[in-house]
Amino acid sequence: MDALPAIVVDGLNKTFRLPKEKIHTLKERALHPLRKTQFDEFNALRDVSFAIQPGEFFGIVGRNGSGKSTLLKCLAGIYAADSGRIWVNGRLSTFIELGVGFNPDLAARDNVLLNAAMLGLSQREADRRFDSIIDFAELHDFVDLKIKNYSSGMLVRLAFSVMIQVDAEIMLIDEVLAVGDASFQQKCFDEFERIRAAGKTVLLVTHDTGAVQRFCTRAMLLEHGRIVATGDPETVGNRYLQLNFSREARAQLEQEARARQLHGQQPVEFMGDEGARFGDRRAEITEAWFEGADGRPSLTLANGEPATFAMRVRFNEDVTDPHFSMAMVNSQRMQLFSASSVFADPRPGLFRTGEEVTYRVRFDNILGPDRYAVTAAVTVGGGAPLELRERMLSVVVTRTRTTGTLVDVPYVQQVERIDPALTRQEIIR
Amino acid sequence: MSTLELEPEVLERLGRPIRGPSALGRDRTRFTRLAWTLSVLDFKLKFFGSVLGYLWQLMRPLLLFGVLYVVFTQFLNLTSDLPYYPVSLLLGIVLFQFFAEATGASIRSIPYREGLIRRVDFPRLVIPVASVLTAVFNLALNLVPVFIFLLIAGGRPRLSWLELPLVLLMLIGLALGLAMMLSALFVRYRDVEPIWDVVVQALFYATPILYSIQVVIDKAGIHLARLIMCSPFATVVQQLRHAIIDPRYLSAGQIFGTPLGLLIPVGLTLGTLIVGWAVFRRAAPRVAEEL
Repeated sequence: MDALPAIVVDGLNKTFRLPKEKIHTLKERALHPLRKTQFDEFNALRDVSFAIQPGEFFGIVGRNGSGKSTLLKCLAGIYAADSGRIWVNGRLSTFIELGVGFNPDLAARDNVLLNAAMLGLSQREADRRFDSIIDFAELHDFVDLKIKNYSSGMLVRLAFSVMIQVDAEIMLIDEVLAVGDASFQQKCFDEFERIRAAGKTVLLVTHDTGAVQRFCTRAMLLEHGRIVATGDPETVGNRYLQLNFSREARAQLEQEARARQLHGQQPVEFMGDEGARFGDRRAEITEAWFEGADGRPSLTLANGEPATFAMRVRFNEDVTDPHFSMAMVNSQRMQLFSASSVFADPRPGLFRTGEEVTYRVRFDNILGPDRYAVTAAVTVGGGAPLELRERMLSVVVTRTRTTGTLVDVPYVQQVERIDPALTRQEIIR
Repeated sequence: MSTLELEPEVLERLGRPIRGPSALGRDRTRFTRLAWTLSVLDFKLKFFGSVLGYLWQLMRPLLLFGVLYVVFTQFLNLTSDLPYYPVSLLLGIVLFQFFAEATGASIRSIPYREGLIRRVDFPRLVIPVASVLTAVFNLALNLVPVFIFLLIAGGRPRLSWLELPLVLLMLIGLALGLAMMLSALFVRYRDVEPIWDVVVQALFYATPILYSIQVVIDKAGIHLARLIMCSPFATVVQQLRHAIIDPRYLSAGQIFGTPLGLLIPVGLTLGTLIVGWAVFRRAAPRVAEEL
């Protein structure tokens, strides 16, 4: 007998009815007993079908409002489906809306026991796991503190820890990576590694294509409640990035940025949003792209493999000895890599009006997994740019090993036995 | 994208598909465990939440009792010819406070548990059940001084004390029926709470707590007394006075003139339970969306 799928979803539909004018009180209902409430319908999920095998680490990506979280809530049994069937084969543990629901007036101890009960553990099982939950959350000193006095980071740590430690066969995890500090994220990553090795089934909903490409065995892209793509995380992640930077998505993000400005908040710049162009345009950078190890253009680069950055430059005037350069910053805006032809020898010489060149930078990709934005420039002499294009391109780096570092500096290592006959002085010398 | 390449045989082996949230769920032990855990934690919160927690739980009925006792024995002198009047007044207050607390707490119980409802699948009925259960713990606690005072005042244990669990069961059933109905209604209609406050106040005066049913019979006639006894809560209070405190308090059956009269309050209690269950079961699957 072959193994049964862990999760099967067949033709799932979910529609939310948003009342146009809601009757909030019995009084209104009594005054207008016959008035029908008008509804706006919002199709959160439309005809979604898929199956997940046990042991899969399944990523679900999609933009805000694409139905990811609704899907997870249907799987978790929190929302009732309008039509379609769902099978869940195994015990579930959920991490939805940043946690499992804490009571602010109770101490961590009671909350953990309550949540363990909610997720299906008996009192005895919960007691037995209590220490490991607190261990993982690193909250020993705060066990008897009321939850309302916890910081948000502590809360997320505790909730995630409960979710992990109840030892369910299937885990539904919604956006755990969006919160918490870097060290917690690293811890999540390590834990994902462990869960995957343990052969558990995981559904991970996230915006972070890097994490999807790093951990997931398969992924799915949702848009407007429909499945747009299912398949290997690499392809799905790329589709998601394309979707994200499509015209429509840009318009939406710009609108959000404007709304924020109206409310007096800082406008947010997002990665991939092309920055300004500077320069006198004596030369123009017409396009830029990355090439993977196979020499083909790619939106993602694998860590540990050779990679190439390429840009095409057209000269609008005669220019002698131009310099080409590029720099890559990660999502934290740290510049991790730059290349330039300033010190190159021999000098490139004279380029005629109308001439086009391709500038390539080949490098061993030791960058850590992240989204990088690339700024490219053509300068001449002392430095006034002919053209500089800020963040004109973005690329995702994936990595299969977990090192947790920003870059993987290449190294050789050696273990050398020390001859016990040598004197101490000789060793020091 | 909507085609699913699964053989019917596999689907068959998977068994029944999940149905989303429901009132009861499939796993009865889990239901009991959750209701128990929730109510114990709530009780602990009230108990240990403040310095006077435990004392306060006991003091509330006693304080109300003190006020009413002084007013009604010293100034109005309505009832002093009744046996063990103070104890009977205290019993009435304790029972009323249970009723008010169980129903009052259940109204807001669903929004209060929003954090859990929106994140975890569990039998939704646990929520009103836990509210009622917490009130039952308090009731048990508050009945202790009633019995102590009764023994001090000269009351003696009688065989009819055994009626206590049965009558309390009726009271708890009534409270649970209302708790299910009110908690489900509140999600939709937020004015349920002030309306219910008024109903509970009215019930206090419509029940022979301060006054005795004998006064009603003497002054207004047996028919009004019977009408009052149609209320399940009045029946519970009167019957417990008869069974626990002194047989000179008329039993509910005696007031109706026939034990068959008890069918009215008992039937109303069962009816409340059934309607409450129906309302709650209908609302349960959508509660997470409507919050």
